[in-house]
Amino acid sequence: MTAAIEARGLVKRYGELTAVDHVDLTVRSGDVYGYLGPNGAGKTTSLRMLLGLIRPDEGSAKLFGHDPLVEGARALDGVAGFVEAPRFYPYLSARKNLELVAALDGGDAKDRIEDALETVDLTGRQHDKVRGYSHGMKQRLGIAGALLRDPRLLLLDEPTTGLDPAGMRDMRALVHRLAEDGLTVLLSSHLMSEVEDLCDRVAIVTRGRVVYEGALDELIATTAGRYDVRTTDDAEAALIARRARGIRGVTVSRAGLSLEGDETAVAHLTLDLAQAGIGLRALVPRTATLEELFFRMTEGSADAEAPALVPA
Amino acid sequence: MSAAAVHTRTIYTWEVRKLAAQKRTYIGLACALLVPLIFIVSLLADDGSPEGVPFADTVRETGLTIPLVGLFFGAFWFFPLVTALVAGDIVAAEDGHGTLKTILTRSADRWQIFVAKVLAALTYSFGALVLFVLVSTVLGGIFWGFDPLVSLSGTEISMGRSLLLVGGATLAYALPIFAVTSIAILLSTTTKNSAAAVVTTLMLSLIMQLLGIVSALDFLRPYLLPQQFNAWQGLLREPIDWGPIVRAAWVSALYGIPCLAWAFAHFLRRDVTGG
Ligand SMILES: Nc1ncnc2c1ncn2[C@@H]1O[C@H](COP(=O)(O)OP(=O)(O)OP(=O)(O)O)[C@@H](O)[C@H]1O
Ligand SMILES: [Mg+2]
Repeated sequence: MTAAIEARGLVKRYGELTAVDHVDLTVRSGDVYGYLGPNGAGKTTSLRMLLGLIRPDEGSAKLFGHDPLVEGARALDGVAGFVEAPRFYPYLSARKNLELVAALDGGDAKDRIEDALETVDLTGRQHDKVRGYSHGMKQRLGIAGALLRDPRLLLLDEPTTGLDPAGMRDMRALVHRLAEDGLTVLLSSHLMSEVEDLCDRVAIVTRGRVVYEGALDELIATTAGRYDVRTTDDAEAALIARRARGIRGVTVSRAGLSLEGDETAVAHLTLDLAQAGIGLRALVPRTATLEELFFRMTEGSADAEAPALVPA
Repeated sequence: MSAAAVHTRTIYTWEVRKLAAQKRTYIGLACALLVPLIFIVSLLADDGSPEGVPFADTVRETGLTIPLVGLFFGAFWFFPLVTALVAGDIVAAEDGHGTLKTILTRSADRWQIFVAKVLAALTYSFGALVLFVLVSTVLGGIFWGFDPLVSLSGTEISMGRSLLLVGGATLAYALPIFAVTSIAILLSTTTKNSAAAVVTTLMLSLIMQLLGIVSALDFLRPYLLPQQFNAWQGLLREPIDWGPIVRAAWVSALYGIPCLAWAFAHFLRRDVTGG
């Protein structure tokens, strides 16, 4: 079976800057794939190349085996999505905008307008001009526009950016539902929590390069076993922790201790602390933040010497 | 869902609908209505003194001269402006709104979008021209009567033929309008900036008029666009002088087609970012 997305050696340069630097990407049918990276990592640029909006300087991208640069719009059959914020004609109503894009889709896309509006909860505002739409409404309209294509593959570029907490939750719930229905999703994001929520595979990009590619579980496993500890006497606790069996990488900062160890070792440590008359204020298993992951990915092996954590 | 399912005709229809939903479209059309009106009002107020409205005497012979006089004066800036207003915007507006990515990630190919845009811009340019001629003819006829034209060679022309000639003049006028539209579309595509495209089109038109009045450059004049806007006058000679019209056709094509080809190549290959 052909991969939903297969990008090989994608490069895009802007003058001196290499925005996307030899990116390989394979997204299989049914994956919910996270494309994770900080601002300026090249996520949007990569997505633009996948959609045929910009020409790669090197490499190629195929969607279900079809290259949009070679085959034009035909390669986007069954593919929908948007890069950055979705854009519509401000002087037309939401409804008219959807009718317009449905006309450009052909087929029975226009029969899906009602459902799409319903799905993103814009039925009541469909006759308002997009000029007056809030950011969140435009974002939802973007999703509606994508759904008109009845896609098998959905490309979403930071779809929750700029949404309020409820909007974020709804957007994620929607992506989740679509994924359950069997849609393949490529979701770019700079939020680890979002990707954790939705995705089963991830690529981490930074400065245009993919620094990690694989299953999310495995990625998370590499970061497991790290704890933040706050006690009534951090200095003394650190001494005890350094002597404790199975505990490694103890660091102390004003925010408390940070250490590594499996659950049993950490449980024993709490007993040791109690015996020494030190009270536990907090013991928090720590999932790595995106920044820490980058740090690990860019500075080499994650399992060897635990990197000193840079206070934020 | 197959790409072939989208007809360029469908895209064209939507391009026209987009034009119909924008204010700028109506500014041009309103001008096409207003300018003949103003001209007529000033004629009605004219006292026949030597400093009065040019052509005033000819116009009073028959209302059918009104559209022709309108075409003559419209060539200086009115038609270039009305044309550029929409044609200069037609691609750049998509850049301005960031909507190119919206329409280019559906099932329509880039060439289809471009062709639809060119056809929509031409529809508007020719539409404004036809509206202008119709309004002038009707109003001219109402105020000064539908009497036959007198040819530039001084002979009487029958009424039916007069109307036919006004129509023919409109068609001949459409040739340089095609050229101006094409220039504006090229600028719209390459500058990605609506205002820049409109102003530059107008500037080019004015520069060509200036070149046309420099006597040292007389040899250039037949190959400049302003001259082509006067080609219709050949129709009013007895017998008809086709020379200027044939020249208008190929000179306009020489300006228009390379501009469109360039714009087309640019649009097909360009990176769509922003928005
Ligand atoms: N059209 C362009 N012209 C010049 N540089 C560009 C252009 N588009 C992107 N870049 C540069 O390429 C790099 C990657 O940009 P890109 O928009 O792909 O990042 P991103 O990962 O989407 O970031 P964000 O999270 O902020 O959306 C940036 O340094 C950006 O400045
Ligand atoms: Mg981005």
